[in-house]
Amino acid sequence: MTTPAEVRTREPKPDESAVLVVDNLHVAFPVLGGGSVNAVRGLSYQLRRGEALGIVGESGSGKSVSSLALMGLLPRTTRVTGSVRLDGQELLGMHDREASALRGKKISMIFQEPLSALTPVYTVGAQVSEALRVHNDISKEKALDRAVELLDLVGIPNPRDRAKAFPHEFSGGMRQRVMIAMAIANDPDVIIADEPTTALDVTIQAQILDVLQTARRETGAAVIMITHDLGVVAGLADRVLVMYAGRPVELGTTDEVYYAPRMPYTLGLLGSIPRLDASGRSALTPIEGTPPSLANLPSGCPFRPRCPLAIDICAETEPALDPVRGASHRAACHRKDEIETNGWTVTDVFPVPDLGIAEIERVPREERPAALAVEGLVKHYPLMKGVAFKRQVGTVQAVDGVDFDIREGETLGLVGESGCGKTTTLLQILELVEPQAGTIRIAGTDTRDLRGGPARKALRRDLQVVFQDPQASLDPRLPVGDVLAEPMRTHGYHKKQIDARVKELLQLVGLEPSHAGRYPQEFSGGQRQRVGIARALALEPKLVVLDEPVSALDVSIRAGVINLLMQLRAELSLSYLFVAHDLSVVRVIADRVAVMYLGRIVEIGVVDSVYASPSHPYTQALLSAIPIPDPDKERTRERIVLQGDLPSPANPPSGCRFRTRCQRFLTLTEGEKQLCIDRYPPLIPMGPDHSAACHYAEPVAVI
Amino acid sequence: MGKYLVRRLVNYVVLVFIATSMAYLLAATSLNPRSHFLGRNPPVPVTTQDDILNRYNLNDKTPVFERYGTWIDNIAHGNLGRDYDGGYVGANLSRRMWVSGQLLLIGTILGGLVGVAAGAWAAVRHKKATDVALTQGAFFILSCPVFVIAILLQVGATRLNNAVGSRLISFSGQFDPAKPGGFFSNIGDRLDHLILPTITLMLAGASYLMLYQRSAMLDVLGSDYVRTARAKGLRRRTALIKHALRTALIPSVTLFTYAFATIFVGATFTETIFGWHGMGEWFVQTIQGSDTNAVAAITAVVGVLILFASFLQDVVVAMLDPRVRVG
Repeated sequence: MTTPAEVRTREPKPDESAVLVVDNLHVAFPVLGGGSVNAVRGLSYQLRRGEALGIVGESGSGKSVSSLALMGLLPRTTRVTGSVRLDGQELLGMHDREASALRGKKISMIFQEPLSALTPVYTVGAQVSEALRVHNDISKEKALDRAVELLDLVGIPNPRDRAKAFPHEFSGGMRQRVMIAMAIANDPDVIIADEPTTALDVTIQAQILDVLQTARRETGAAVIMITHDLGVVAGLADRVLVMYAGRPVELGTTDEVYYAPRMPYTLGLLGSIPRLDASGRSALTPIEGTPPSLANLPSGCPFRPRCPLAIDICAETEPALDPVRGASHRAACHRKDEIETNGWTVTDVFPVPDLGIAEIERVPREERPAALAVEGLVKHYPLMKGVAFKRQVGTVQAVDGVDFDIREGETLGLVGESGCGKTTTLLQILELVEPQAGTIRIAGTDTRDLRGGPARKALRRDLQVVFQDPQASLDPRLPVGDVLAEPMRTHGYHKKQIDARVKELLQLVGLEPSHAGRYPQEFSGGQRQRVGIARALALEPKLVVLDEPVSALDVSIRAGVINLLMQLRAELSLSYLFVAHDLSVVRVIADRVAVMYLGRIVEIGVVDSVYASPSHPYTQALLSAIPIPDPDKERTRERIVLQGDLPSPANPPSGCRFRTRCQRFLTLTEGEKQLCIDRYPPLIPMGPDHSAACHYAEPVAVI
Repeated sequence: MGKYLVRRLVNYVVLVFIATSMAYLLAATSLNPRSHFLGRNPPVPVTTQDDILNRYNLNDKTPVFERYGTWIDNIAHGNLGRDYDGGYVGANLSRRMWVSGQLLLIGTILGGLVGVAAGAWAAVRHKKATDVALTQGAFFILSCPVFVIAILLQVGATRLNNAVGSRLISFSGQFDPAKPGGFFSNIGDRLDHLILPTITLMLAGASYLMLYQRSAMLDVLGSDYVRTARAKGLRRRTALIKHALRTALIPSVTLFTYAFATIFVGATFTETIFGWHGMGEWFVQTIQGSDTNAVAAITAVVGVLILFASFLQDVVVAMLDPRVRVG
């Protein structure tokens, strides 16, 4: 595919201070049997010395591919054209020998998956010193000494010893620090960070972003930060480039892009992010539809099918990335001047759906019956060792005494980082058996009293689940009509009733009833998750358990699914147990929130109160670690960065489990600390329906 | 780690004892050395039969566990027993082990090296002509019975010899009995006789390992850590050898160590075709000849070797893979 000349995007003249100049970059992957996937179509930008540029886009927008093209790390069959100049030196078409001499020395890269990015068979120290020895003629010992210094710089404790350890002995966050150490080893001019924190938990993300700032300060390098998370770049980037379908669609200073976006896609993206600083439960503005396929792009503007502002010309020519006002801010939209003149904001362009409110919600909480009540729930797993003769060497205290209840029509968000026990809690509830200790009551029925299959099956109708990964949770060999009919068949619905209900369900979740004959793989991720939700609703349950239902979805799709969940709750008077690691999503959807840490709830209460005045140090750290897509707020926020990683649930600290990482603990006197070491704190009321399990709980505003 | 290996070793000793005992009991109950006296003319008197069989602890009239006891007692004294015709099993075994060993050791090691190199190369040239040729060649060799390959090689060697006009490659027996001189002066002749059987064994071993190494290598070629290595500034070749191949070696070397289990008895066909009097040939002969003690001895040797190979595997894996060694 060729790009018409008028669609070309060029920045005016090469900036004197530009360290990297990308000009009209195109990347195409040839497809077997002719044709190609045009992953990047005409990308131009300049990176000034020491500048931080955020490249934002969803999967398939070309943001990662374009950076791999700069590094020359794409497969050899890829067609890369255009120009990339690093310090005036053309990188494209360079011989591997010359390119390798620059790679890792003048331009380096940090990847998304720290778990697989290090070679498993070499020590961490060897891998960092390799980065040094490739480019410098220094002895092994010297390189290792320098590697230890670098590991120290990125915050690895006992670097001299840890350098001798292998990657599998490091946690994800620690491995990402090692990656950063390698990236800065040769004091590069440009560091590309490709979603460096996406695979990590929020508190670890905060640590890594901190380290990246240190790295930037130490090397003075310009940073390209690639992300799908508008929050992450808000406080970090000087300028932001938004990509859509392989093209840059908006470029400007961070303030310009966040506060005065002029491309409808950017507007939509900002409106579709659930925000931590939102005021209570609120509808998001979703972008309808899905990103186009890069193998088969429509003519004209690729965003047109999803754009509420589209006019005739949008179908004909693809808009160029032209200046909006001044030279710094550019947007690729035929109607950008209109948006500018009228000062349109998200809500002017994208309609805010009215999600309604359920009748039951008007009844005070105390008067509503409980849909689910959990008391003192315990789940311990034995830790076994040995092959033939297994012996127990410890106990993993996955869930260790958890209490909460969900009233009818209510949503409880259960949040925490990986390993905190939220999934185990959920599985225990779903299992419908007597727990190791404690009680689980579903709609008033104690699971301990369930005798035999029929009783359990009857109760299962009231309790349904939506899983995290819509790809894995739908049988690829069943048409979605059958996927939806299966639960009803199992529960003995009449054939006619089933057919009618399948159509109704598809309509309910915003899919075409005529698509019942299609297979899951014919749907996009967001649509598949809608099928998953429809399946959960088939039996008209009272309580739906949602296990990270939107975390696998792209930002613009996510908003639609969240809105759907809120709308269904109002229409059908559902109760939700919403398990998530993302506190922003919980903020917009939940009424109450419970924060878990190492198998226990450390803070619980109404969302407004917990978010406005978090009282447990862990909740404070968790909330402060989540970036807000608002540059001003981000720049001025004081971030609480927790120390270290989550301790093993097989060997939790004595007394308060959080004390080893607690920022409050550090400020206490020795006498005060003793209480934390000796006794696990009970839940202390902090307000009406808000309590925290901390001996020294005190509200701190962190948002 | 050391403690772990010692524990494994103790396990193996127990297993070897069980395996050998089972082998003896199976051979002693299923083989019938008395069949040698059947159809003899003049017929051998039963008392004479019993005498001979008793002498060699082969008499089926003795309860099997009594024979087993005697056999164990002999073994404990370093005696592997006697053939039905009075030969010493131990002596035969050590002579033939050396014959098979020199053939298979070279063939196996060469096969391993060639297989790993070809597999890695094919993977790097994925879907290109080199890869297609190597993969199809490997499938061809694997689907060909050994004797077809051996005979094809012999035909080729004969043509070569004819074309050159002198016997460049010899392929009958281990050495030329017509040549005078001792072992060391005939070393060239012995090497000459090794060429074809070694190639036969190497081809089979190499093609099997090549396919395995190729897929192991393909798995790691696209891995994030190879990309990391490239991002550090390593040349493609260096990154492929140092990071990809090094990691992809772990599964193939694991597989390769198992080849040592059959280091003495893995070449029955090859030995027969090239006229080598090794263990493989002997194993078939002794089973046909109902030679209980020899069969038990060979089975025991194979048992020991299998356990040795799996011990070797533990050691090698621990050496190659820190994920096993540490934590």
